[in-house]
Amino acid sequence: MDDKRVVIKTQGLTKKYKDLIAVNNLDLEIYEGEIFGLLGPNGAGKTTTILMLLGLTEPTGGFAQINGLDTIKETIRVKETVGYLPDHVGFYDDMTGRENLRFIGRLNGLEKNIEDRIDNLLERVKLTNVGDKKVGTYSRGMKQRLGIADTLMKDPKVIILDEPTLGLDPEGINDMLGLIVELARKDKRTVLISSHLLHQVQKICDRVGIFVGGELLAIGPIDTLGEKVFKDHDLTLELSVSPVDDKLISLIRSINDDVKIRTDESKIFVDSKEDIRKELTKVLCDNDYKLLFLKQSGRDLDDIYSQYFCAKEGVKK
Amino acid sequence: MKSKCLWVLYKKEMADHLKSRRFFIILMLVVITGFSAIYAAAYGISSAVEQENNSFVFLRLFTTSGSSIPSFVAFISFLGPLVGLSLGFDSINGEVNRGSLSRLLAQPIPRDTVINGKFLAGVSVITLMMLSMGLAIGGLGIIMIGIPPTSDEILRILAFLIFSIFYISLWLAISQLFSLLLRQTATSALACIAVWLFLSVFIGLLSGVIADVLYPADKVETVEAVLRNSKTELMINRISPSTVYNEAVITMLNPGVRTLGFITQDQLVGAIPGTLPFFQSLLLTWPHLVSLIAATMICFAVSYVYFMKQEVRM
Ligand SMILES: Nc1ncnc2c1ncn2[C@@H]1O[C@H](COP(=O)(O)OP(=O)(O)OP(=O)(O)O)[C@@H](O)[C@H]1O
Ligand SMILES: [Mg+2]
Repeated sequence: MDDKRVVIKTQGLTKKYKDLIAVNNLDLEIYEGEIFGLLGPNGAGKTTTILMLLGLTEPTGGFAQINGLDTIKETIRVKETVGYLPDHVGFYDDMTGRENLRFIGRLNGLEKNIEDRIDNLLERVKLTNVGDKKVGTYSRGMKQRLGIADTLMKDPKVIILDEPTLGLDPEGINDMLGLIVELARKDKRTVLISSHLLHQVQKICDRVGIFVGGELLAIGPIDTLGEKVFKDHDLTLELSVSPVDDKLISLIRSINDDVKIRTDESKIFVDSKEDIRKELTKVLCDNDYKLLFLKQSGRDLDDIYSQYFCAKEGVKK
Repeated sequence: MKSKCLWVLYKKEMADHLKSRRFFIILMLVVITGFSAIYAAAYGISSAVEQENNSFVFLRLFTTSGSSIPSFVAFISFLGPLVGLSLGFDSINGEVNRGSLSRLLAQPIPRDTVINGKFLAGVSVITLMMLSMGLAIGGLGIIMIGIPPTSDEILRILAFLIFSIFYISLWLAISQLFSLLLRQTATSALACIAVWLFLSVFIGLLSGVIADVLYPADKVETVEAVLRNSKTELMINRISPSTVYNEAVITMLNPGVRTLGFITQDQLVGAIPGTLPFFQSLLLTWPHLVSLIAATMICFAVSYVYFMKQEVRM
């Protein structure tokens, strides 16, 4: 597994808009056959990064390569193998879904088996029965699915999806994610997804990059990310014990002198540098306290979410 | 590969134009006004033909204005731009607003193919429109006047049609440029109309004023002053493609026109009244054709420079 081939590679990739740095010195490697999630809140620079990967905008500094081809200098060859689903994908409303796909297929030089491919793809995204209706009559979710079919028309080895779950209901999101997993696992394509839906999208990703304010904060498999991002932060233990008395507090302190303890009506919060769960449960058990609830937070997905994703949203509201 | 992409884009754009309601409306406008102009002209001419034995009657179909209706040439010179503008004012920003441009440019096609395909489709539609109108007018003319056109006349009419195609295509290029530079289709439509009104109406009013300011001719009425004043006015007018087009097609359709611009009485002395052969007329209007094409190329050059590096977010 170590000699995985790098498919998408960026080095020092930077994009400045006047005085705003949308993407700052991004180094990224995405391997063949993996699903990579570029996750970040609104305005993080995800779309900007993707545009540079497709040569749709020029980097201010650094470079990006796909399959070893520079995305600006050899943009046409790059586009032969990369399928791209823009956020807010739009179609020609007065053409049918089938006609839209046919048009894109022809632009990719498809001739002979183009109709078969269209039929296949329409079936795959469950649009067979509306394939001959004008796209103007499609719902948001249908357009999004047609978008997936559209990116697959050229049979790309690499697929870049910008917010593919945008505007979908929970069921739609699940369907879409299932489809994306299939693209990577069954068809062996490399997939890059950008999204601000950390919780939904991380489930299907092999690796994710947490991208905030143009910077890549952490990168790796999702379960190790919390540790990486918050290695200097305290852990918070949230517990509810019966009964609550002074002895309990001193017992907790006896485990580790360095902890901060707060209490409210029903819960006790313990901030500590290290994980004290093991010792704590043992001490409580030995002293006949009943442990009703125990939850450790501070270095997991929820914390990444609340720290980086909600904070931003909060500012906007 | 590149030419195949161009062909695919071209076909789609052609279909879009021919199916669009907007094009139908503009076409109707041009056809109805055009034919009423021809009809009025033919009506006047057919009564005149019996009295005087005049050559180039057929050409006069295009240039004669009826009692209350301007000539066909005047109509094309005024409404032609509207055809060009209506074909192009939303060609790029319309795609941006629909969100289909980034999808299009994610395909392995050079960006200039998109502009070229759209422009060529527009030009084809214009050509189709002008040629079929030319044919229809030819038929109508023969029926109404009763004299078939001579071969010289046919050549001149063809030249007129080609001039018209280039003229309208220039306006198409202008509107396509606006569709690139301006984000909103409504804004670019407005900008197109503003440029059109300015170049076909206001410049005529302005040029006189500017010429009078630069070379006042009302006090000292020397020949020179008057001449200089008029020349300035003409030069300013020639900024407008409409003026260039008008001069060219009048020369083409009226073999009696032997020079453009001004001649003094002295220069006229010894000149024998007569008509120019077709190739002489063509020679006279050659600069006009070249300048129409050059203006189109400038619009294209600006479009290329702007579009090739532009960020495509939608
Ligand atoms: N053309 C532009 N000119 C100036 N600033 C821009 C331009 N395009 C984007 N930006 C800025 O760049 C930053 C990154 O934008 P980008 O669209 O990449 O964010 P994003 O991560 O895709 O966000 P979202 O989740 O909302 O799609 C934003 O702060 C945005 O305001
Ligand atoms: Mg985005």
